[in-house]
Amino acid sequence: MGIPNHWRTQHQRYRLVGEICQHCGAKLFPPRDVCPECSQPAYEPFTFSGRGQVYSHSTVLHAPRGYEEFVPYTVALVKLEEGPLVTAQLTDVDAGEAYIGMPVEMVTRKQREDGEEGAIIYGYKFRPVLQ
Amino acid sequence: MRPTREVGIIGYGAYVPRYRLPATEVDRVWTDGYSGTPIKEKAVPGPDEDTATMSIEAARNALKRAGIDPVRIRAVWVGSESPPYAVKPAATIVAEAIGAVPETQAADWEFACKAGTEAMQAAIGMVGSGMMDYALAIGADTAQGRPGDALEYTAGAGSAAYLLGPKEESLAYFEASYSYVTDTPDFFRRPYQHYPQHGSRFTGEPAYFKHLLAAAQGLLNELGYTAKDFAAAVFHQPNVAFPQRAAKELGFSREQIQTGLLVSEIGNTYAASSLLGLTAILDQAKPGDRVLLVSYGSGAGSDAFSLIVTDRVVERQNKAPHTRDYIARRKEIDYALYVRYRKKLHMH
Ligand SMILES: [Zn+2]
Repeated sequence: MGIPNHWRTQHQRYRLVGEICQHCGAKLFPPRDVCPECSQPAYEPFTFSGRGQVYSHSTVLHAPRGYEEFVPYTVALVKLEEGPLVTAQLTDVDAGEAYIGMPVEMVTRKQREDGEEGAIIYGYKFRPVLQ
Repeated sequence: MRPTREVGIIGYGAYVPRYRLPATEVDRVWTDGYSGTPIKEKAVPGPDEDTATMSIEAARNALKRAGIDPVRIRAVWVGSESPPYAVKPAATIVAEAIGAVPETQAADWEFACKAGTEAMQAAIGMVGSGMMDYALAIGADTAQGRPGDALEYTAGAGSAAYLLGPKEESLAYFEASYSYVTDTPDFFRRPYQHYPQHGSRFTGEPAYFKHLLAAAQGLLNELGYTAKDFAAAVFHQPNVAFPQRAAKELGFSREQIQTGLLVSEIGNTYAASSLLGLTAILDQAKPGDRVLLVSYGSGAGSDAFSLIVTDRVVERQNKAPHTRDYIARRKEIDYALYVRYRKKLHMH
């Protein structure tokens, strides 16, 4: 993704802004403008609380390009308390520390850097709940 | 100094990263254990943290305590000497992440370790003039010392955010402030240089003590107070000895500075240093407490503030993590991992 694409998805990446369906109340993340529950249009922005639980997880030892500096890291499917499942990196967690059902909260962190001279991409990650 | 309209802190928030480098590790690697250690350990940011991300978390904590809609914030100011970009504000990243954009000012402030209190002074002016109701002033740094340098023991990381607004809504309000500045080259870093230069012995007497004591004494004189009028005080803390001596010279007891003296556990957090001491004090403060805050920034200057804690502090203290919660969240790392996390390892 280039800078314009990153910029367009900033709301959702920085602070988990998704959508809420005005017809059935379903909450959508990532935003996709059409409700997966009732197939009606859903454009109303909704900011998620950022709280959830680890649904599944796995440790990455061979990272894709741009993520090498974080190895080893844990990627998880997080079930947000409002319903949706989100794929995200866990942070402030040691290898082997994550477990299914672990309470986590969203934090905004550096996701990667476009090299030494390029833009820094920020976005959501999840960490064990602080309190 | 006093604004036309009285101003206070509506919400405050702290952040300290999870990793700790014991000073004995620096000592082990560079002097084989023969040097003394100025502090116990320092906070080190993880590989995915920087001044922007640390500011975001502190700002979110300040908003939790303030309980206002972030779109009402009209200024987001980040004071730091370690912004993620040389050109491009960290403040816009923070403003976007907390939902304060687009009807807001945003800028980074620079004045070594007093950049955060400089932003606070400006925020008092903006809210105090009635130009805006809410302004966010943040001090944040991920300080770097040259490997093996004396600064490497203490150069830490952390952030503190203060949402300022009208006194009537505040958990603590400003009685008055005072600033004292001269051109003093005690510590500096030229463009494109990774590590700062500092004038060893020059940093104490003509720099830290001269400016910090003058600002503190100036404020006390203006208000007609002495040390015994304060429940607590916090001074910029590059190490343990400097703030202790400053407190003593001003007549403050060890008990008065104890709650806000965090340097031995998290290091010198630069622009966040005295401001994080204040978040720790506010976490424990009681209505009616009078608190003295004095920063110091190399270059050089100090800002001094006198605050009165209000009844609202009680209901807001537990709405976000305490400073101590972050200090207690602690993962010790060794020098090798520190070198990796702080990108001091060049892979050619
Ligand atoms: Zn629906």
